[in-house]
Amino acid sequence: MAETVTSKNLALAKAINESLRRALETDPKVLIMGEDVGKLGGVFRVTDGLQKDFGESRVIDTPLAESGIVGTAIGLALRGYRPVVEIQFDGFVFPAYDQIVTQLAKMHARSLGKVKLPVVVRIPYGGGIGAVEHHSESPEALFAHVSGLKIVSPSNASDAYWMMQQAIQSDDPVIFFEPKRRYWDKGEVNPEAIPGPLHKARVVREGTDLTLVAYGPMVKLCQEVAAAAAEEGKNLEVLDLRSVSPMDFDAIQASVEKTRRLVVVHEAPVFFGSGAEIAARITERCFYHLEAPVLRVGGYHAPYPPARLEEEYLPGLDRVLDAVDRALAY
Amino acid sequence: MTVESTAARKPRRSAGSKAGTTSTERTTRTTARKSAEPELVQLLTPEGKRVKNAKNAEYAKYVAGVTPEELRGLYRDMVLTRRFDAEATALQRQGELGLWASLLGQEAAQIGSGRALRDDDYVFPTYREHGVAWCRGVDPTNLLGMFRGVNNGGWDPNGNNFHLYTIVIGSQTLHATGYAMGVAKDGADSAVIAYFGDGASSQGDVAESFTFSAVYNAPVVFFCQNNQWAISEPTEKQTRVPLYQRAQGYGFPGVRVDGNDVLACLAVTRWALDRARDGEGPTLVEAYTYRMGAHTTSDDPTKYRADEEREAWEAKDPILRLRRHLEASNHTDEGFFAELEVESEALGRRVREAVRAMPDPDRFAIFENVYADGHALVDEERAQFAAYQASFVTESDSGFAAGSGGN
Ligand SMILES: Cc1ncc(C[n+]2csc(CCOP(=O)(O)OP(=O)(O)O)c2C)c(N)n1
Repeated sequence: MAETVTSKNLALAKAINESLRRALETDPKVLIMGEDVGKLGGVFRVTDGLQKDFGESRVIDTPLAESGIVGTAIGLALRGYRPVVEIQFDGFVFPAYDQIVTQLAKMHARSLGKVKLPVVVRIPYGGGIGAVEHHSESPEALFAHVSGLKIVSPSNASDAYWMMQQAIQSDDPVIFFEPKRRYWDKGEVNPEAIPGPLHKARVVREGTDLTLVAYGPMVKLCQEVAAAAAEEGKNLEVLDLRSVSPMDFDAIQASVEKTRRLVVVHEAPVFFGSGAEIAARITERCFYHLEAPVLRVGGYHAPYPPARLEEEYLPGLDRVLDAVDRALAY
Repeated sequence: MTVESTAARKPRRSAGSKAGTTSTERTTRTTARKSAEPELVQLLTPEGKRVKNAKNAEYAKYVAGVTPEELRGLYRDMVLTRRFDAEATALQRQGELGLWASLLGQEAAQIGSGRALRDDDYVFPTYREHGVAWCRGVDPTNLLGMFRGVNNGGWDPNGNNFHLYTIVIGSQTLHATGYAMGVAKDGADSAVIAYFGDGASSQGDVAESFTFSAVYNAPVVFFCQNNQWAISEPTEKQTRVPLYQRAQGYGFPGVRVDGNDVLACLAVTRWALDRARDGEGPTLVEAYTYRMGAHTTSDDPTKYRADEEREAWEAKDPILRLRRHLEASNHTDEGFFAELEVESEALGRRVREAVRAMPDPDRFAIFENVYADGHALVDEERAQFAAYQASFVTESDSGFAAGSGGN
């Protein structure tokens, strides 16, 4: 097995770090930009050591201004660079939301395809780390609603490594949501592997009774749910979407045609969330296959709560199992 | 000195000069302005001596009548604020708080400006203004709820005219401006003060608040605590000119005050508030100070900052400075410091006990106050949540199902 020689066991954050390093090495147009990304290596140390090795002109500590970060990244991309920008936490992307939605997303179409904006916006997102407000949100649906953006979220170290390579190589703007509570989870990364396509989902556990669909931080939870359900004799399939936009509906459909039941799990509020889109499409595509309505488990229509209540707010093992039971009861 | 980027301009369109193809990038070195001292308004030297010169005369008037008792009051405020802050840092280390943003070193800027305010003035803080909160009479234990993770704010802003802490950098400067526009419309003579950091000065919101306040002549004081760092980034990563000079471009005055000199902060803030009350519009005050600790308890300043820097600033400690002055002017006796020490310990104990006794919120708090007028979806989700909780409890142990989980 030649592969095991080159593969390494890396924490998810470190896998992104190595991926960024590889991108900086192979393409002189790649730039890293953001608050504290230089000497400090970012508040999560995802860019640790990069400025030391690539210098201040490639790994750029920016002024504390998110609109400025994304707006200037657009300008740099217009000039031929491939900026990878870091937004420090999910809740701080909103000063940049205008630039992302009105400019970054639309310029390709407005220029009749003449302008390409290969900008990656990295956003550590989601809860479960006991933080103060604005540090735990999952705003992916707010971006998915905007045409012109691609939105991905890895769930493990290997995907984090490869999806980052692919996001940087993409000529479209990519919003790269990093599951911050999984930053310290380790996994095998093989830098010589040939990765699958960026926007394809993957079955992470085969099953026959029900499909659990998730992405980012909730994939691991769904695997735990499937393991717990197996002890009760239930055989669940778990699908890691990997990409929120575009979304691999074919993969969901194929799984649902097999299992006939679907539960979607995400941390973001259920109301107008990505689960709503999945439920609608799958109902349309699989109406005659479904034995139960598509159920969703996610956050409530309420502000992300203070840390001591987040376990109540976030989907956990019991809440997902409860939805599984309800779907199986039909 | 000539700005390098214009002096050493390269031909823009020579063959092969397309960006990124060569490594001969223009270096634009910021002319770091470390020599801030001559620009400072200072009334007390680090040795505790009163300063009198032409530059500070205009501001010195505002503290001309300060009594020894008031000076002792400022000292007491700073000592107790530092004690509270130290207790909170310790509580974070003991796992009682999830996070703490310390104000260590910034006591003079906060107490000086905070004590310049009238009760009817309104304060818009960031997340670090514990000393200002103290001056407003906010119970310090109220500040700890959001850092413990039991709420996202935790006090009534109108109780003490002290707005909720704002974490999103710079947002509150616009709120302060709008509030001040309202004050002016009402014909009141209150003033508004907005706190923010040197890092925040880069945010668009702050620039927009300068624009709005200037255009509408809003009675607002922008109080920037330049503590030299925005997490790992020094002020030079935010600006090439001293921050107070920014105001000029918007058409209102800016002044840099020694942020470790409580008397100067009091004087300059009073002056700026008076301008606001007199209908003269906004002022930018840059309090030149230093964050002696880490950015927050999750930060590691050893990654980006030299120890000597902190040591140099320790020599300018705001509390020590006033103590020297009080002692040299015979404004205190030994009893004063001893009593304050006792009071300080009592405050620490009170804070510690209050935090440990702080209950976790009821789980249904998630659904409280989401809307002022209610919302059908929230009601529905609350009911589902309740049913789910109830089923869970009865299943595991019906014996103590009652009373668990609230109403
Ligand atoms: C819009 C936004 N971006 C990023 C952050 C993360 N962050 C919190 S504090 C901070 C540094 C702020 O520095 P400064 O304004 O100088 O104030 P200080 O904390 O030094 O008092 C950063 C980047 C944030 N809270 N809000």
